[in-house]
Amino acid sequence: MSGTGPRENVFATRMALTNMKLRLKGAETGHSLLAKKRDALTTRFRAILRKVDEAKRKMGRVMQLASFSMAEVTYTTGDISYLVQEQAKLATFRVKATQENVSGVLLPAFEVDRTPGSDFNLTGLGRGGQQVQRAKEVYAKALETLVELASLQTAFTILDEVIRATNRRVNAIEHVIIPRLDNTIKYIISELDEMDREEFFR
Amino acid sequence: MEGLFFNVNNGFLEGIVRGYKAGILTQNHYASLTQCETLEDLKTQLSATDYGNFLANEASLTTTIISDRATQLLVDQFNFLRSNAVEPLSKFLDYITYSYMIDNVVLLITGTLHERDTHELLERCHPLGVFESMPALCVATNVEELYQSVLVETPLAPYFRNCLSAADLDDLNIEIIRNTIYKAYLEDFYDFVGALGSPTSDVMRTILAFEADRRTINISINSFGTELTKEQRAKLFPAIGRLFPDGNNALAKADDIEQVRLVCENIPEYRSFFDNSPGGSQDLGELGIAAQLEDRFFRTEVRLNKEAFLQQFQYGVFYSYVKLKEQEIRNLTWIAECIAQDARDRIHDYIPIF
Repeated sequence: MSGTGPRENVFATRMALTNMKLRLKGAETGHSLLAKKRDALTTRFRAILRKVDEAKRKMGRVMQLASFSMAEVTYTTGDISYLVQEQAKLATFRVKATQENVSGVLLPAFEVDRTPGSDFNLTGLGRGGQQVQRAKEVYAKALETLVELASLQTAFTILDEVIRATNRRVNAIEHVIIPRLDNTIKYIISELDEMDREEFFR
Repeated sequence: MEGLFFNVNNGFLEGIVRGYKAGILTQNHYASLTQCETLEDLKTQLSATDYGNFLANEASLTTTIISDRATQLLVDQFNFLRSNAVEPLSKFLDYITYSYMIDNVVLLITGTLHERDTHELLERCHPLGVFESMPALCVATNVEELYQSVLVETPLAPYFRNCLSAADLDDLNIEIIRNTIYKAYLEDFYDFVGALGSPTSDVMRTILAFEADRRTINISINSFGTELTKEQRAKLFPAIGRLFPDGNNALAKADDIEQVRLVCENIPEYRSFFDNSPGGSQDLGELGIAAQLEDRFFRTEVRLNKEAFLQQFQYGVFYSYVKLKEQEIRNLTWIAECIAQDARDRIHDYIPIF
């Protein structure tokens, strides 16, 4: 029978009926909007997922290359770690954080900011300087991949959270709020009809 | 004439060193080393060679440990030679250690400049370059003190006195200091072997001349695109070697690798350094050429040092043995590194000695 499910606690009046109808309409618009948002986010999420996968594979390769270039340096010049540590004064590799807006979600995006030149470009002057330079370049590239991966990864977790929340809302509207409003409207209509019939026979 | 009396003082040690030399890994050893799957295999393979069970007491194997232990073996052998040597061989052996001392002292200077505790640096020093009064350098807390103590305490004193003032230590880039000292050292060593007379001087001068040229070329190439001015660069070139003086002048003015190549064209032996052999890929770029160059320098160094063993009755064998052994340690480290990082395709880039 109509009005059996859960419903709002209202008096069956014409005004309540109009209110309910308005609320139902609002709920339906909200539902479609949220569903759209969810779809947009999911598309984005998939894209990021693909990129994360790529970036992780790339990182594996790049890191291997980088540590190997370090081996080359050790081969030619020996241990330079202390000299490099002591001579580095300013960071030449910085990370800038910016924000990106995807359907109302703020995603942090990290950007690499490299200042050319370095403090230790004379390291290995007598031998192996080229290897040192190369190791530096390769490691800078590895770091770039890491930064890229980091921004993807944060975007990934944030999007995941948001998508879940949105999903909850969509489902709540679809399966709880809309049926309840429907029930209420049906209840009010049936009550009003009943009242009409009572009037008629009086 | 020198053959007559050489063995009186040095025959024993020459015999020892030639015996050591027989223990240097051969192509066959390398072939089996490169087949190893893990560092444990490497250890097993090495135990069949002159290295014996030098890794027996190591719980975990890393490339650093392997190279440290191998270096320690070399140092032990060297110290044995050194303690049995008499003048002028002992002086000659001291000269060999000076190049390591330079590195150590420079390391300590870096530490002092940045006001670090230099005691922990002592562990990082190359064991061949350790000299008695080295811990004394750690007492110095500022550059002025260090300079004074370097002047008084170390055998490197003349090099420092002639090339640098205390103020220089503060202002100059540490690499410039290192290379200035090294230049002075090379020139001094060159004079010293000259004074020893033939055949030592013949053998050693070839090797040292190559070492000097190699530094000259390296410094020129590595200083492109840095703040090192051309005058400064010219000051770092050792005033010996086959490139000296014409080549050095030209190199001091060179702006790119092509000009370096042109200078080297004048020396027949150095011409091949810049060849793009069919083996190497063509699109290496400048960095690639330079990296290959380093490899070729190593090969030539090994060849020259091997040739030193063909001469009898001279001191060159001692120097050559140390250098060859050093190269062998580098090779071992390289192979170990390749195994550890699973870079099988590069494992054959070591430089075979015999």
